Amino acid sequence: MDDMYREVILDHYKNPRRRGTLDPADISYEDDNPLCGDRIRIDLQIDAEERIIDAAFSGQGCAISQASASMLMEEIVGKSLSDVKKLSKDYILDLLGIELGPVRLKCALLSLKVLKVGAYGVQEWVEEPD
Amino acid sequence: MTTATLALDISKIRADFPILQREVHPGVPLIYMDSAATSQKPSAVIEAMNDYYRSSNANVHRGIHTLAEEATASYEDARVRIGKFVNARSHREVIYTRNTTEALNIVTQSWGRANLSADDVVLLTEMEHHSNLVPWQMLAGEIGLRLEFIPVTDEGLLDLDEFANLLALKPKVVAFTHVSNVLGTINPVAEITARAHAAGALVVIDGAQAVPHMPVDVQELDIDFYAFSGHKMCGPTGIGILWGREVLLEAMPPFLGGGDMIKRVRLREFVTNSLPHKFEAGTPAIAECIGLGAAVDYLSAVGMDAIQAHEHEIISYALERLEEVPGLTVFGPSASEKGGAAAFTIDGVHPHDVAQILDRRGIAVRAGHHCAMPLHERFELVATARASFYMYNSTDEVDQLVEGLYEVKELFA
Repeated sequence: MDDMYREVILDHYKNPRRRGTLDPADISYEDDNPLCGDRIRIDLQIDAEERIIDAAFSGQGCAISQASASMLMEEIVGKSLSDVKKLSKDYILDLLGIELGPVRLKCALLSLKVLKVGAYGVQEWVEEPD
Repeated sequence: MTTATLALDISKIRADFPILQREVHPGVPLIYMDSAATSQKPSAVIEAMNDYYRSSNANVHRGIHTLAEEATASYEDARVRIGKFVNARSHREVIYTRNTTEALNIVTQSWGRANLSADDVVLLTEMEHHSNLVPWQMLAGEIGLRLEFIPVTDEGLLDLDEFANLLALKPKVVAFTHVSNVLGTINPVAEITARAHAAGALVVIDGAQAVPHMPVDVQELDIDFYAFSGHKMCGPTGIGILWGREVLLEAMPPFLGGGDMIKRVRLREFVTNSLPHKFEAGTPAIAECIGLGAAVDYLSAVGMDAIQAHEHEIISYALERLEEVPGLTVFGPSASEKGGAAAFTIDGVHPHDVAQILDRRGIAVRAGHHCAMPLHERFELVATARASFYMYNSTDEVDQLVEGLYEVKELFA
């Protein structure tokens, strides 16, 4: 339980990595969780091989949503868009290193949702029942 | 652990609520501060529902046998007591619904469709719960109403000067909340109603946050419709009340069609039942109605004046203590115009994180927009944390809340 606010999460929340916007951006997408007001925008620069060469996020929200976005940005630079397509819920939870109930799961997964829908369209995101 | 306030013996009250004896985490007792979302239930309510299922379960208004008679008697007797609790003139004015939301939808879909037309003005407020906004928006979308809104001041009060100006639009309806579920504001219902009536408007009140916490007298308020929910007033979920003036209810078309709301049915037509059954299609939530009956008995025994006085003591103390916390902002008026809810933010910390950290101490508060998104926009907020109190909360618990908030500050410093 106390893990939810473990050092690494609070560190990413207080000192977010790759926070900001990219201009120009090849992909730019934004979404929110209206229930709690978490909002995340992700900007990506992509090379000719569809590899992510730069990534940035902006927005506001709870520690879980912002820390997961910060961690995700660190991970995806250098990956190809097809790698991104394979990223799962468990991948994010592994990054955060915590278990989450259904309400906070939405916070944690918002950045992955924005990334996947931005890269591949809305059909790429299916809300998982658990 | 708990202190008696001037108004209530809290230890005695707390013993009536079994859930307050539980631990949320090992060794961490529950501190429940989310009663504006739903209240906890006293044993008397739980037992009344149990007793019904154990000893007299049967459908109502449909049988001759003993159980059916007993069930019908309990079900109708609860209605009479609930009506008396808000001083209804007659049980015929007391319609069982699922909740406040359904009650307000009956007003818009039945009364509204029959009595409103394109370009009619409906006056709402910026502090409404979604349940008193969306039903009007839906009707407006269908028949072309013009919705206008009484603004909320920075102090969290309705702007009554602007209300006077808006009355010049000759609204057909003024619909507003008795007590704000976010700001805690207790609105001057009688005053607004008198002015609305003088301008020729009908008055509809969302009483979900008022009936549990203070004496409510529908005749004294002189309103036209009043809606409230059982589960916020020590009763079960799934049961609410629409109170309406008999003459209005009598003239309204039915809302849902089916069993119990009819007197006679032929293949191509039906004759509606008399009040209150006209609005109660299908087998109702019988145990829940009986549970709500037990809830009003319990509230009456404790005393609504005493409950209100106790909550006033708690909210006054809470506002005083919360103000000490650096970077914490409480929204809404001062204690003199506030019920038992305090919505607040802490600089640099999302309300979800506040609620999550408090939960580690067993403290249950709500975080989010509390079904009042437009009000949050009005204050340029995405979310707030809300501590809401009831008769079973103590000043000791407020101290523990404040201690928890200092921990939040420390973690996020």
